[in-house]
Amino acid sequence: MCLSIPAKVEKIDGDMAVVSVGGAKYNASLQMIDDIKLGDYILMHTGFAIQKLSPEDAEESLKIFEEFEELNRQLDKEEKKTGERIV
Amino acid sequence: MKYIDEYRDKELVKKLVDQIKKRSTKQISLMEVCGGHTMAIQKFGIPSLLPENIRLISGPGCPVCVSSNSFIDQAIAYSRLDDVIITTYGDLIRVPGSTSSLDKEKAKGADVRIVYSILDALTIAKKNLGKKVVFLGIGFETTAPSSAAGILKAQMAGLRNFYLLSSHKIMSPAMEALIDEGVKIDGYIAPGHVSTITGSGIYKNIAEKFGLGVVISGFEPVDLLKSILMLVNQMENNNPKVEIAYTRAVKPEGNLKAQQMMKEVFELADDWWRGLGVLPKSGLKINKKYKMFAAEEMIPVEVEPIREDKGCICGEILKGLKNPKDCKLFDKACTPANPVGACMVSHEGACNAYYRYNK
Ligand code: SF4
Repeated sequence: MCLSIPAKVEKIDGDMAVVSVGGAKYNASLQMIDDIKLGDYILMHTGFAIQKLSPEDAEESLKIFEEFEELNRQLDKEEKKTGERIV
Repeated sequence: MKYIDEYRDKELVKKLVDQIKKRSTKQISLMEVCGGHTMAIQKFGIPSLLPENIRLISGPGCPVCVSSNSFIDQAIAYSRLDDVIITTYGDLIRVPGSTSSLDKEKAKGADVRIVYSILDALTIAKKNLGKKVVFLGIGFETTAPSSAAGILKAQMAGLRNFYLLSSHKIMSPAMEALIDEGVKIDGYIAPGHVSTITGSGIYKNIAEKFGLGVVISGFEPVDLLKSILMLVNQMENNNPKVEIAYTRAVKPEGNLKAQQMMKEVFELADDWWRGLGVLPKSGLKINKKYKMFAAEEMIPVEVEPIREDKGCICGEILKGLKNPKDCKLFDKACTPANPVGACMVSHEGACNAYYRYNK
C-alpha cells in the first residue's frame, strides 16, 4: 500500500485523470497537485497523484555518478602521490 | 517503462557498486525505514552487492506491522455489526487481531470489501446510504493525505454514512525514538514517498541533533545504491546531513497542498507503535471539526480485550535489533500463507520480504 508508481497522464476531466502504467489504465485524483498537462508523468499512490515527476531532475539524478567518478579519480590521484587516502 | 527501466540499468548498477566499494572504508550500519525499501532491497538482492563493511537493517516503516492489535480488533468489532460495511486496503485483511482477522469475519458473512483507494470507499457509501461505511485508514504521510482528501470529498458531497478509523502515523518520531533507544546505526535511507509529501525538513533533527546521515531514496536499484553511496560519502567525510537522492519525486518543501489537507482534517496525537510503545505526537487523529467522520467517535462498539501473539518477535525486528531469521517461528509456524505476526502478512513486512526473496 505504501508503494507508488510512475504513471502517464492520458486524459483529464476536472480533478480526475486517466493515467497509464505500462499500458494498464487507472483513474487518479488530481486533488493534490496543480498544473498537470496531458503527457506529464505523475507518481500515483492509492488512487491519487501525489507529485508530478520532473524529467530534468530525473536526468540530473542519472548524471550524478559522473560527479562521484570525478571525485574518486581525484582521490586515486592523491593516493598515488601521498601513499595514503585522505578520506 | 519510463522512470523505471533506466533505474534498473545493469551498467549503472555496476558502476555504483564499484564506487561504493572504492569509497567505503568504515564499518557502517544503515537503516531503511520504509517497508517499500525493505521489499526492494530484498527483491533486487542489494545486500549481496555491497562490501562486507556495510550492513543494512530494516526499520519500523511497514504501517501494517507497527499498528496495534487493538486497531485490528476494533475493525473486527465493526465488521460484526449488521449495519456496517468495512472498506480496506488489501494489506490489512489477513492481519491477525487478538482472536480473529477481517478475512475470517468475511468468511463468516461480514461485509468486508477491499478497495484500491478511499475514493472507491466513498462510492460504496453513496450506493449504500442505509449502511455505515467504515474505511480503515492506515499508512504514513504518503497515505494520510488521501484519507484527508477522502473526508473532504465526503463533506462536500454531504455524505453522512462515511467514517474513517484512523491508524495513520507520522514517520519521523519513530526514527528519532530508535536513536534514543540506542539502536546502533550510522545513517538512514529515508522513505521516498513519505518525503514526497513532507519534504526533507522533517529529518533535520536527525542529522543536526543526533548526528546521523539521512538520504532520501527512491525504490529502484540505482536509486538505492546511489543513496547508499551518498551516505558512504557522508560517513567518510564525517559530515552527516540531510540529502535528497530521489530528486525526480521529492522537493525540499514536499507537497504543500497535500500537507494542507492533512492539517485541515487531522491533529497530532500520541500513538502506540509495535516495538516502540507509545510515542508522543506520532499519530494522526481526526480533529474536532471533522468529528462526524471519525468512526471511534460516531460508532460506539465493544472491543475484545487485547491478546498479543506469543513468540512473535516482530517488535524487535521493527527496531532493527533482530532479523526475521532470528525468530523461531519463521518459516515454521509462521509463513505468508499462515502468518502469526503482522510482519509476515504485509508485503512490506521484513519477515514477508525475507521469506519471499531471501529464505
Ligand atoms: S516470522 Fe512471524 S512470528 Fe516470527 S517475528 Fe516474523 S511475523 Fe512474528
